[in-house]
Amino acid sequence: MDLRFSAEETAFRDELRGFIRDQLPDDIRERMRLGYAPRKEDTVRWQRILNQRGWAAFNWPKEYGGPGWTPVQRMIFLEENQPAPAPEVSSFNITMIGPVLIQFGTQEQKRRFLPRAANIDDWWCQGFSEPGAGSDLASLKTAAKRDGDHYVVNGQKIWTSTAHHADWCFCLVRSDPGAKKRQEGISFLLIDMRTPGITVRPIISIDGSHHLNEVFFDDVMVPVENLVSEEHRGWDVAKYLLGHERTGIARLGKSKERVKFAKEMAHEMRANGRPLIDDPAFRQRVAQLEVDLKALEITQFRVVSAYEKSEAGRPDPLSSALKIKGTELLQATTELAMNVGGPLAMPDWAQELEALSNEPELGPAWAAEATKNYLFLRAASIYGGTNEIQKNILTKTVLGL
Amino acid sequence: MDFDLTEEQRLLRDSVDRLLADHYGFAQRRAYLAEPEGHSKAMWERYAELGLLGLPFAEEYSGFGGGAIETMLAMEAFGRALALEPYLATVVLSGTALRLAGSEAQQSAILPQIAEGRMTLAFAHGERQARYDLSDVLTTAKAGPQRGWVLDGAKSVVVHGDNADRLIVSARISGERDDPDGVSLFLVDANANGVARRSYPMRDGTRAAEISLSAVEVTADDLLGAPGKAFPVVERVVEAASPR
Repeated sequence: MDLRFSAEETAFRDELRGFIRDQLPDDIRERMRLGYAPRKEDTVRWQRILNQRGWAAFNWPKEYGGPGWTPVQRMIFLEENQPAPAPEVSSFNITMIGPVLIQFGTQEQKRRFLPRAANIDDWWCQGFSEPGAGSDLASLKTAAKRDGDHYVVNGQKIWTSTAHHADWCFCLVRSDPGAKKRQEGISFLLIDMRTPGITVRPIISIDGSHHLNEVFFDDVMVPVENLVSEEHRGWDVAKYLLGHERTGIARLGKSKERVKFAKEMAHEMRANGRPLIDDPAFRQRVAQLEVDLKALEITQFRVVSAYEKSEAGRPDPLSSALKIKGTELLQATTELAMNVGGPLAMPDWAQELEALSNEPELGPAWAAEATKNYLFLRAASIYGGTNEIQKNILTKTVLGL
Repeated sequence: MDFDLTEEQRLLRDSVDRLLADHYGFAQRRAYLAEPEGHSKAMWERYAELGLLGLPFAEEYSGFGGGAIETMLAMEAFGRALALEPYLATVVLSGTALRLAGSEAQQSAILPQIAEGRMTLAFAHGERQARYDLSDVLTTAKAGPQRGWVLDGAKSVVVHGDNADRLIVSARISGERDDPDGVSLFLVDANANGVARRSYPMRDGTRAAEISLSAVEVTADDLLGAPGKAFPVVERVVEAASPR
C-alpha cells in the first residue's frame, strides 16, 4: 500500500465489510447508530462473533489466536468495524494485555490468559493512573510487598475504566520503594478482581454515565506467578504497552460514522425555515470536517504504510499527530451532532424513558445521547496519553527540539 | 463609556455571591436536586427576601427597578453555583414577556407575586419541530366562548415547565408556520383542563417538560398584548436570555 489500496487489500476490505454487515446484530447496530455507548453485553456479543471468525484479536499473530494481519490489514479492520457502527473490541484485552503477554508472558500465562482475553471470557481493566500519578505515571505509589509466594498490594488507582465489569486488572505497582530511579522500582502484576481487599467505587462522569472508577487495594494477596516480566522491571512492560503499535488511535472510522449520522439527522431538523442540511453555514461546517478527516486519513495511510515497510517495526512518532488530530476531530463530530439536535439535545429524557417504559417516547434519544457523547469525549484529548504529552513527543522526535 | 458597576450593583453582586457561597455547596445542591420540585423552595424564599425575584421589575410592582445588568449579576452567581431554581424561566423569560406585553392590570396582578416568591412561571414557546426558528409556531389559538381563546398544540423543552404555576404560551391565531405575523402570547394556568405535562431532567439536572395543550380555554384577559402581534416580544424575550 502507498496511498491507495492494492487489489488484495481492496478484496480484504470487501470481505470484512460483508462479514460485518451480515453478522453484526441489528439491535447492537441500531443502539450504536443512535449514539449509545455499547453495553458490556454488546461488546462481549460482538467480540465473540469476531473471535469465532478468528478476527477479534486483530493485532495478534496466528499462533496466539489472532489472524496474523499486516499493519495495513489491521487498520482496514478498524476502519470497517467502527463505521458499521459496531462496538470496538476491548482495547484492554486486545491491544494492551494481549500484546504484553505475547511479548513478556510466561508460557503458563499465555496459555491461561490469551484465549480467554480474545474471547472476552475475562474482562480486563487497566490499573495505571493514581490520584498522584497520571501523565507523570512513574510517580505511582500503590505498593506491592513480597511475602512468601505472594505480593501484598496496598494503595489506590483512579479513573479505572470499566473496573466494575472487570474480572482481571493489569496493574503497575511499586515493588521497590528504595530504587534510585523511580522507574526502576515498579512491577507489572495481574490481579484477580475477586481477590478479597479490592473495593471498586464508581465515578459518575459529567455525562451521567458510570464508566470510570476508583479502585482501592487493602492487603490484596497476589500470587507471584501473576508477575509479568521480572520483578522491578514493570516500567519496561508499561512502555511497551503504551508505545505499542498505535494504529487506530485516530478512531477515524468512528468520526466518519458520526459525521454521516449528523448529516442524516440534519435532514430532519430545521434552520431558517428549511432543512438544516440545506443551510449554507451548516454545509460549510460539515464540509470542513470531512476535508479534515480526509487529510487525516491520508496521514494515517502514510504512517501505517511507513510502519509496514520499516524493518524494525518501530512505531512512528507521527502516531502522536494522529492521536492529537484524531481526538480533536472526534470531539468536533460530537459537537456537530449536539448542535444538530439544538434544544432537543438539552434533555436527559433517555434516562426518564427507561423509568417510564410504558409511556410513548418523550423525545429523540439520539439528541440526548449526542450531548452525553460530547461531554464524555472531552476526555478523548486526555486519555491514551494527553494531547499535551503527545505534543511533547512530537517536539522531541519530529521537530528535534 | 463606563463599564464599572455602581456602588449599589456591587453591593447586590456581593450579597448574591455570599448567599450562594453559604448555601450552594455541591452537597447542598445534591440535596436540592432530590427535593420534589428538583430545586430548593427555601432558596427561592431567600432570593425573594433579598429582592432578587423583583430585580427587573418597577418599584410599583414590588420590584427593585433594575435592568439587564442587575439580572446579569444574579445569573452569573447562579451559573457559578449551577443553581437549580426557576430564576431564568420566571424572572428573566416570563418577566420580560410580561413587562413588554402585559397590560397594567396583568403586570400588577402577577409581577408582585413573582417578586414576593409566591408564583413561578415558564415560557412555553419552543416546539419539537422548530429547533431555533422562533417563528415556527404550530400551536393554535382559536376564538372561544365569551371573547376567550382555545389553545391546541405541543410545547417542547419548556425549561422549568414541570412545576411552574403559570405558563406563557405562544400560539398562532393566523398565518402559516414560520409567519411572524399571527403569533400571540397567552397566560395559562398550568393546572388548567387540557394541559398535560411530562417532566424530565436536563443534562445538568435542571427540570424541563414536554407540554401538550388540548382544547385549553383561556379568557380574553389572558391574552398578552395585541392579538397576533407578539412575535417581536418573543424575539426580545429570547434575546434577554441569550449570551451574545
